[in-house]
Amino acid sequence: MSGAEGDVVQFDNVGLRYGSGKEVLSDVSFTLYPGSFYFLTGASGAGKTSLLKMLYLAQRPSRGMIRMFGTEIITMPRTRLPGFRRRLGVVFQDFRLVEHLSAFDNVALPLRVSGVPEADLRKPVADMLDWVGLTHRADARPATLSGGEQQRVAIARAVIGRPELLVADEPTGNVDPDMALKLLRLFESLNRLGTTVVVATHDVHLLKKVPDSMIMRLDKGRLSDPTGMLRYPPGRGSVGRRPT
Amino acid sequence: MKKPPATTPVTRRGLARFKGEKASELVPQARLSGPMPWVIAIMIALTVIAAGGGLALNNLAGAARAELAGGATVQIMEADPSERARQAAATVDVLVDIDGVASVRLVPEEELDALLEPWLGVGADNEAVPVPALIDVRMSGPVTEERLDRLKVVLADAAPAARIDAQASWLGPVFEAITSLQWLAIGLVVLLALTSAAAVWLAARSALGSNSETIEIVHLLGGTDSQIARIFQRSIAVDAAVGGAVGLALGLAAIMVMGDRFAALGSGMVAGGGLGWIDWVLIVAIPLVGVLLAMLTARITVLAALRRML
Repeated sequence: MSGAEGDVVQFDNVGLRYGSGKEVLSDVSFTLYPGSFYFLTGASGAGKTSLLKMLYLAQRPSRGMIRMFGTEIITMPRTRLPGFRRRLGVVFQDFRLVEHLSAFDNVALPLRVSGVPEADLRKPVADMLDWVGLTHRADARPATLSGGEQQRVAIARAVIGRPELLVADEPTGNVDPDMALKLLRLFESLNRLGTTVVVATHDVHLLKKVPDSMIMRLDKGRLSDPTGMLRYPPGRGSVGRRPT
Repeated sequence: MKKPPATTPVTRRGLARFKGEKASELVPQARLSGPMPWVIAIMIALTVIAAGGGLALNNLAGAARAELAGGATVQIMEADPSERARQAAATVDVLVDIDGVASVRLVPEEELDALLEPWLGVGADNEAVPVPALIDVRMSGPVTEERLDRLKVVLADAAPAARIDAQASWLGPVFEAITSLQWLAIGLVVLLALTSAAAVWLAARSALGSNSETIEIVHLLGGTDSQIARIFQRSIAVDAAVGGAVGLALGLAAIMVMGDRFAALGSGMVAGGGLGWIDWVLIVAIPLVGVLLAMLTARITVLAALRRML
């Protein structure tokens, strides 16, 4: 399978096993194109989280090849990986907010990690909190926020650095249907700005809410691609929504 | 849904450093309410006391050796007082003309009486208990066996009742005891340093364990190993500095109290055990070394843990 320099991510025959157990992911191959919107679906235990971990560079595969932003990352030295992680935004299933930091500081964390001066990050963080409707909760600690509010803080943190790839693991799993739809609209609006979005979900109702999205279905560790659309999309680059 | 705010991709900024107050806030600080500064304080206090004792012993031994190295004592072991006085005077006359003899002093009888007073009482009868005449000889350079033998030969005719001893040889067992105490102090300082390092190592691992979630988040947000290690280094360094300052104050107080007690003894030998400015610099450097050790330990521990992550 050949990749192109402009592809965001390319998986080629990737397999993953933990320890000496059997493979939890086998022969996974797909390409993520810039500005596209993908849903990753599958039953519990199908391997969605494992696949996402490899996408957000928390896990090396046991075999296969992964290219990210045109660079082969499996054999890349650890010291170069932080630079790639800063091009990603991740919404974890359990939010993973830093408990002793306020909502503001949690959202500001990626900018601070990137060395943005304090004076330069106040406005973008405030704007981002406003975007997710949490300006009034800027000083609140995660423990005092509702599940939906924590989710929105996690999303704000994931997108504050304007990532090229946003990975969200069950981002609507802990919120009511209305909030789920609102969160999806947040991802959509970000996608319109050019960010490639991958949302893992088992909520089939969500899939219909983003008409131009592509669906990646995992079944017992194998990616279902009956039409070959994921590997060989027709008119390459026309699948998925292109940045406007 | 409104349009997301326009932010700059962070990747354009490169791998900048994450530092300062906001970085240190990532690790909650227990400071004096936590055990770490107190463990370090106790370790530093004990190290300071052991080092202070060792340095004082070193100075004491050095001063005593320097004072006694060039000293020799001539005793005129003659029962007849007039003959004793004659031989003593002749000894002084001979010795002052010998090369390498810096000074010769016949110890006055009043001084001898004062030295013996605790044992013989006031107004002891020198006829009944003959006391040898003592001549204190200062030589340039140490008194070796060869030099002593040469003096014996020279004095053999003028003072047949003379007996010559190097002053250093009297205190040989004392010096050996002091040397043993010095080694003991060095051993204590080394053991305490190792124990401190172990305590810091455990504290760093504990802090790492309790903050592993934060570390992983910063790691996944693109934090480099050095950035994360630096956050812990700074945190542990502050704890170690607080503990080190408290420990230094406790140790110095103990040294001062002990110094006063020994000074009150009024012994000439103990007076040589005072601490010089280099000693004080070394003692003050102990908490600084402790802070550096703590930082290094924290860095190694954190980097080792991070290397286990992708």
